[in-house]
Amino acid sequence: MQNDDVIWDVIRHHHCSYMAKIQTGNFCRNPYNVTGICNRSSCPLANSRYATIRDHDGIFYLYMKTIERAHMPNKLWERVKLPKNYMKALEIIDKHLEYWPKLLVHKIKQRLTKMTQYRIRMVKLSKKVREKIMTVPRKEVKRESRREEKALRAAQIENVIEKELLERLNKGVYPDICNYDEEIFNKLLDKNKEEEQEEEEEEEAEVEYVEGDYELEEEEELEEDIEDMGDFLKANNFDDIEGDEDDLEEQPAKKKAYVSYPLKQDDGTEKVRRKGKKVVVEVERDEDMGNRQHNAM
Amino acid sequence: MAKEKKRKAAEEAVDGDDYIEREDEKPKKQKLILASQIKNKEKRSAVYAKLKHEKRVEKRKKIKARDAASKQALELGEEPPEKMVPRTIENTRELDETVCRPDDEELFAGNDADEFSAVLKQQTAPKVLITTCRFNSSRGPAFIKELLSVIPNAQYYKRGTYELKKIVEYAKNKEFTSIIVVHTNRREPDALLLIGLPDGPTAHFRLSNLVLRKDIKNHGNPTSHEPELVLNNFTTRLGHRVGRMIQSLFPQVPNFRGRRVVTFHNQRDFIFFRHHRYVFEVKEKKEGLKDKKSKASQGKTEKKAIARLQECGPRFTLKLVSLQHGTFDTKGGEFEWVHKVTLSHVYSHLTLD
Repeated sequence: MQNDDVIWDVIRHHHCSYMAKIQTGNFCRNPYNVTGICNRSSCPLANSRYATIRDHDGIFYLYMKTIERAHMPNKLWERVKLPKNYMKALEIIDKHLEYWPKLLVHKIKQRLTKMTQYRIRMVKLSKKVREKIMTVPRKEVKRESRREEKALRAAQIENVIEKELLERLNKGVYPDICNYDEEIFNKLLDKNKEEEQEEEEEEEAEVEYVEGDYELEEEEELEEDIEDMGDFLKANNFDDIEGDEDDLEEQPAKKKAYVSYPLKQDDGTEKVRRKGKKVVVEVERDEDMGNRQHNAM
Repeated sequence: MAKEKKRKAAEEAVDGDDYIEREDEKPKKQKLILASQIKNKEKRSAVYAKLKHEKRVEKRKKIKARDAASKQALELGEEPPEKMVPRTIENTRELDETVCRPDDEELFAGNDADEFSAVLKQQTAPKVLITTCRFNSSRGPAFIKELLSVIPNAQYYKRGTYELKKIVEYAKNKEFTSIIVVHTNRREPDALLLIGLPDGPTAHFRLSNLVLRKDIKNHGNPTSHEPELVLNNFTTRLGHRVGRMIQSLFPQVPNFRGRRVVTFHNQRDFIFFRHHRYVFEVKEKKEGLKDKKSKASQGKTEKKAIARLQECGPRFTLKLVSLQHGTFDTKGGEFEWVHKVTLSHVYSHLTLD
C-alpha cells in the first residue's frame, strides 16, 4: 500500500510528472517539496513522513504529513502557522518536529531562512519608487511625427526669427551692434537727433524679451548715439549711450563680457566685419566703466 | 501585343468618350463610373491618366486667367483681384477663450504672483541643474553638453540612483532655480522634465527630432554671452505659463554683444527649439524690376536691413505632455494639464497655441 521504496522506484525509473529535467540536474515541481530537487530524500511522494514550509500571502505555514494519514489524502497535510519572527518560528519548528530525522529538520530550517530573506526583500522593493514603463501605441507615435513635420513646415521658423530680430532692431532694443551699415545707422542717427531735441530719454521698465504675438511689458527705448565699427580692442570703444546707464548698472556680467570678448572668435563664420569704417566717437566717462580696460584714451 | 494595345487604345478612345457621354446623357439615372471602379488595370490606369491630364490642363488655365486678370488690373491702375488664401489650421482656429489678451489685468496679477516672478523680475539669477534618468544613452551625454553651452549658469550632475524627489530637495538646498531631467529611451533622449524650484510647476515634455550641433551643416560655435530669448506664439493661458517657465531658465539680461538668440517657437502645440547667431546686414534691392519689358531699370536701389542667421547648437522639438502643479510628484501631485488623446482630432483645437 504505502511502500516508499516501491514508489520511488516507479517514479524515478518510469515517469514522474513533477520532475523537470534541466541541463544542471533534475528538479521537482511538486509544491510540497522542501529543496526543490528530485531526490530520494526530498520527494514528497516517496517519503511517508515529510514536512515543508509554504508561503501564503506573506505568512509561512509548516506542513507535515505522517503515514497514519496516508490513506486519507484529503486530510494528509497538517498545517501550522508560523509567526513572522524568525527565532520564534524556529522554536515552533523544533517543537513540532522534535523526533523527526535531523536531515529533514535541517532542510526545513534552511528553507525558512531563505523565505524570510526574500520576504524582507519584497517588502523593501515595494516601498522603493520604481519607474513605470508606459507604452505608446505605434499609431500615435506615427501620427505625432507626421503632425510635427507639418507644423514645422507651417512654422517657417527662420523667417519668423529674422522678422522678430528686425522688429527689435527697429524698436531700438539693441544699443550697439558691431557690424552695421553706416548709411542706415546714420539715417537712424538723424531721426534720433530730432527726437532727442524734443524730449529727454524715457526710462521705462525694461524687459528685453518680446513674445511674438503680443507684448506684455514695454521695452526700454535706447538711443543709438554712437556705434563702434572697428576693432573692439583698440581705443575709442566706449559706448556713450545716455539711456544705457541703468542698463549698465544692472548688468555686472556684461562688463566682463566687454573685457574678454575677443573679436577673432568668429573667424570661420560667414559674417563680414566691416573693419575699415571707423566712426569718430564721442566718449563720456561713465563711473561704472572704471573697471574696464581701456587702452590709450 | 501591339494589336492588343492598339485595340485597347481604340477602345479607350471610344470608351472614354462613352463614359463622358453617358454621364452627359443620363446624369440622373446612371451613376458616374469612377476610374477606380474599373477592374481592368490597364484600362483603369489609362482612364485615370486622362482624368489627371484634364485636371492639370484646367488648373493651368485657371492660373493663367488669374495672372492675366491681376496684370490687367495693375496696368489699369485698379486693385488686382483678391489673392486666394489657402486654408490652414492657423487660419481656421476656433475662437479660444483662453487666449491671452494684451490688456488682461488678471493676467498681470497672476504673473506677479506665480512661481517664476522672482526670477523674471531679476530678484534671483537662474541656476539650472541638469541631470538624466538612471541609464544614459549614446546621444544623451552629447546632448547634455550642448544644453550646457546653450543655457548659461547650468550645471550637470550625474544621476546615480537617487530618487527624483531627493534630487529636488538637494537642489533646493543648493539654491537652484530649476532642474532639467533628460530622459532616455532606446538610446535616444526622449523626454525632458522641467522642474521649477522651489515648489514650481513640473512640465513634462516629449523630445523629438534631435539634431546635434555636429550634424548641422555650417554650424557656428556659440559664445558664452547671455543669449536673447525669442518666444513665439505662446498665446493661450497655458502657453503663457509654459513660456514663462522657459523664460525663467535663462538670465533676464541678455548680452546683445554676443548676438546670440535662442528661440522657442510654438506651432500647433509643438515647441521648436533653435539656437542662432545673427548679424544685421544691408541688402540692396532694386525697385521697379517687376516690369521685365522695360530695359531701363529705374535705378532706385532701396537698401533694406536684413538679419542673417547662422545656426549653432542643437535643434529639437518639444511637446508638452503634462503640467503638474508643485514639484515632481506623480502620485500625489495636482496636474494642471494632461495630454489626452481624443479619438477625433479637431484640428483647430490647440492648447499651447
